[in-house]
Amino acid sequence: MARVVVDVMLKPEILDPQGQAVQRALPRLGFTGIADVRQGKRFELELEGPVDDAALARIREAAETFLANTVIEDFTVRVEETVTSVPSSVAGDAK
Amino acid sequence: MTTRVGVVTFPGSLDDRDAQRAVRLAGAEPVALWHRDKDLHQVDAVVLPGGFSYGDYLRCGAISRFSPVMDTIIEQAKLGMPVLGICNGFQVLCESHLLPGALTRNDSLHFVCRDQKLRIENAGTAWTRDYSAGQEIVVPLKNGEGRFVADEHVLEALEAEGRVVARYVDVNPNGSYRDIAGITNAAGNVVGLMPHPEHAVEPLTGPTTDGLGFFTSVLKQLVNA
Repeated sequence: MARVVVDVMLKPEILDPQGQAVQRALPRLGFTGIADVRQGKRFELELEGPVDDAALARIREAAETFLANTVIEDFTVRVEETVTSVPSSVAGDAK
Repeated sequence: MTTRVGVVTFPGSLDDRDAQRAVRLAGAEPVALWHRDKDLHQVDAVVLPGGFSYGDYLRCGAISRFSPVMDTIIEQAKLGMPVLGICNGFQVLCESHLLPGALTRNDSLHFVCRDQKLRIENAGTAWTRDYSAGQEIVVPLKNGEGRFVADEHVLEALEAEGRVVARYVDVNPNGSYRDIAGITNAAGNVVGLMPHPEHAVEPLTGPTTDGLGFFTSVLKQLVNA
């Protein structure tokens, strides 16, 4: 199954208080040297059919009318290569 | 015939009953409208109430905007039917592009709940004609994403055309550009307001009864139409 990723970010001129809060927290946790943080949204769309121009055009339309509010947000659409192996989960203290 | 004012209930609406009560106290007949029903049941005006429709998923108002009832409301609003969007309702109106701009996360990141002083800037809309321009009122305000933003030329146009309906006084609770609490469309029939006039219609439960004017205004508007 083909996956299309839509990333939605607040436009640069729109204040992102959530990103700012994350940025302020980073040095407290010892993560220094990060000049700016912007927080956005990522949508992963699994297509039933092939990723052709028509399918991508429809997804752009969905992004423009629904997934993003273009008054305040920008979006990008990209095709992600099909992942064959399941990503291994982070080793933790699984019980 | 009694004026019929519809109040839409979306899944997650919170203030629909209070809005209905305010409509009744103003002397009109409240009509409950359901988000999945395209039929407006012969109402003369519509209130989109506050709350967290569809859990505020995606963006506040983004999913409600595509509900069946909104198709009809958008169509009728463009033909001149009075529509008042309060809080989440304001967000729905912006997402519907009936009003310009957008409502984003409060600059403080905190949910704010307070009795808020407002100045009515435009007393000529369908929902504010019972106020006078410059009048100050106090009504409850409660939002997490109430920060009105728009680009500079939209803000200039709103100011130049007198389309700022209400502004925050003393305290700007959410970082809204130019202290904007409410705006209207060019025709003056569609108004979006972040604070809650429907919670200030009775002395027992509200800080004032200053909010009643929004609901009596639309009655007068419809009777004189």
